[in-house]
Amino acid sequence: MAAGTALDAMAITTAEDAAAQEFARVVQKHRPQIFRFLLASTRDVDLAETLTQECFLKAHRNWASFRGESSAMTWLMRIAINLQKDHWRNRRMQFWRTTRTNGVDVDEASEWLSSGESSVEQKLLARERVSQVWTAVKSLSERQRTVFLMRYVEEQDLNEIATATGLSEGTVKAHLSRAVARVRLELGGKR
Amino acid sequence: MDKFNDPANGQEQRAMEISDKELETALQDFKNSIHAWSDAAYHRPRTLAAEVRHRSWRVALGWALGCFLVAGTVSGGIFERNHRLELARTAAAQRSADLQRQLHDQQAAKQTDEGLLADVDTDVSREVPSALEPLAQMMNDDETK
Repeated sequence: MAAGTALDAMAITTAEDAAAQEFARVVQKHRPQIFRFLLASTRDVDLAETLTQECFLKAHRNWASFRGESSAMTWLMRIAINLQKDHWRNRRMQFWRTTRTNGVDVDEASEWLSSGESSVEQKLLARERVSQVWTAVKSLSERQRTVFLMRYVEEQDLNEIATATGLSEGTVKAHLSRAVARVRLELGGKR
Repeated sequence: MDKFNDPANGQEQRAMEISDKELETALQDFKNSIHAWSDAAYHRPRTLAAEVRHRSWRVALGWALGCFLVAGTVSGGIFERNHRLELARTAAAQRSADLQRQLHDQQAAKQTDEGLLADVDTDVSREVPSALEPLAQMMNDDETK
């Protein structure tokens, strides 16, 4: 009897260790992606870091209830989207507080370019295009922006986006279509 | 009709002229830009001290404001209570003084009435009609005898 109890305890400890290791692997793998998505959504490095921390804290608390019906990334993305929504809702409610944000403007965000462009002219053109896309993204609704960033920055499937946002695939397509039309308009209008 | 196919709007017409290739390039640049920014931000050195100092300053201000409000409320309550007690005390003193005065007035009036009656009695008792003066004289004489 006592031996059985000890074996059960050992089995529980082993299962807990395995779950902890699995969660650590998930954090290591997906943390940069979640941070990137939140950074693109908020354009605020400090806020993106805070929300990423909260996202993984929440994920850790609910890790036992994650049944693997969707991928871990989709599950984490859903948590991140909800946290972001809560953050903006709280900020709207706390209108009396000084809204001190470290969010950068569109021009500053466009400064970042990959090292792929070889000539100065190419870099300038790329910066111009990025700035125009940022301007379009800024004018999108919260839901359109989320869907757009998940599709074109995180390169997620429509199915994954629908699962993470809780929308139907048709709605996701409609939002994407409007967002792309807005980007197209911005790119065409500035020529 | 799709709004981007409306030839009346020049800007939207130009938007239609953006080729898929151009759009794809722009979206690729956008993605690369965010990846570059995110990588740089993810690996940047953390500056926690300034944030903590800022927060602690805000917390201190919040506490000071809270203490000020509590102190104001408490002192206001105490002042109000004392003020009411003072008013009640003044009113009681006023009532007592009024009663005292009324009593004094009544006593004074009573004394005045009694004195007046006594004077009247004396005057009436002393007042003898002149026709009875001999009789009164005789009574006085008898008493002396």
